[in-house]
Amino acid sequence: MSDPSLSVHDLACARGDRLLFKGMNFTLNAGALLLVQGGNGQGKTSLLRLLTGLSSPEEGEVRWRGQPIRKQREAYHAEMIYLGHANGVKDDLNPVENLRFADGLQGRVFDAARGVATLEQLGLSRCLDLPCRVLSFGQRRRVALAALLLAGATLWILDEPLTGLDVHAVALMEGLIRDHLKGGGMVVATTHQALNLEGVTVQRLLVGNVAIPELA
Amino acid sequence: MHRFLLAVLRRDLTLAARRRGDWLIAQFFFVMVASLFPLGVGPEPEMLARIGPGVLWVAATLASLLSLSRLFADDHHDGSLEHMVLSPEPTVLLVLGKSLAHWLIYGIPLLLIAPVLGIQFNLSWEAIWVLEISLLLGTPILSLLGGVGAALTLGLRGGGVLLTLLILPLYVPALIFGAGAVDGVMAGTGAEAHLSLLGAFLVLSLMIAPWIAAAALRVSLE
Repeated sequence: MSDPSLSVHDLACARGDRLLFKGMNFTLNAGALLLVQGGNGQGKTSLLRLLTGLSSPEEGEVRWRGQPIRKQREAYHAEMIYLGHANGVKDDLNPVENLRFADGLQGRVFDAARGVATLEQLGLSRCLDLPCRVLSFGQRRRVALAALLLAGATLWILDEPLTGLDVHAVALMEGLIRDHLKGGGMVVATTHQALNLEGVTVQRLLVGNVAIPELA
Repeated sequence: MHRFLLAVLRRDLTLAARRRGDWLIAQFFFVMVASLFPLGVGPEPEMLARIGPGVLWVAATLASLLSLSRLFADDHHDGSLEHMVLSPEPTVLLVLGKSLAHWLIYGIPLLLIAPVLGIQFNLSWEAIWVLEISLLLGTPILSLLGGVGAALTLGLRGGGVLLTLLILPLYVPALIFGAGAVDGVMAGTGAEAHLSLLGAFLVLSLMIAPWIAAAALRVSLE
């Protein structure tokens, strides 16, 4: 199998009658982070949904390992994980159960010890047996991040992953992204916050025509 | 493949067990609708026995509709539906698992309550027995076809009403053959023909409905 790479060819995206962008091209290789920037409503989330295969492009195509993702949906989804605005966390289940079902739905066998260790790493050791309904917004986001880590996917597609996280969690997340990239993983992320990512290959992509001041 | 199906089933059953109020509402609705008819049309036993099978079948279809609008809506709302659609397993299996879970949660309790309501409508034991078989074959059809409607109306405003308008016409064959089977056994003409057709309709829905629902789900998520 070829090296993991995500590439986009002449991609155009429309929402209703409105064309958000067209003629977009980029290639992302192993170990690199693509930071998607742009103002509100410029099509960042739409771009990420095109990359996941949830929606299909107006023109052009998205390729994974050189093949269009439409033709290898299942193989692509096995290597990709998406974290959107909504966390995908069930309010009636506790964090451990949430991870167990997330693993089951990905066709993996749940390793309880590893799940608990990941939740503790993310600072949720006191909430393990509470239903997620009673957790705060940021804590639920951390549960979603734990599911992300357990998935073991090569490509992470993250839509505003830092929303609702406190400074400790943001620092933790920066560390996790760095580790993932060093291990040969790939990340596509949108964020409005400054990220401290020393020693990481960062590609920037501006969506839309609103100039954004350089993020550190 | 079957592990994914089991995971979907176990997940939905666990969630239903955590929120008992949600599924008890549909069962209470079934009992209430069926109980209103004797009060409305009068207590003559012959009259009740004649309308009984039809009333119970209509009440069962309405009760299943009541819960169907939430089949995908809750998971869509908290984002877990996207995660499930993005799993490496086919979306058809996801829809099949969720329809099956819906039948276990809403269909099976209807089967348990129906004999009691059958006694209330002065049905003979033989008629109640056939009613049970017809519901056993018919309620999975309601869940499978309902899955198509729930996927089509996902995320729409007023989706619940639209779902009712879309799906009730598709329920008509199940209703005719289901109620017809019980009528047949009471009229002495036998129920086999109706039950065979109901069974064929179940096989047909099982083969077609999950594919349509999966395609509809992908369109609704775009």
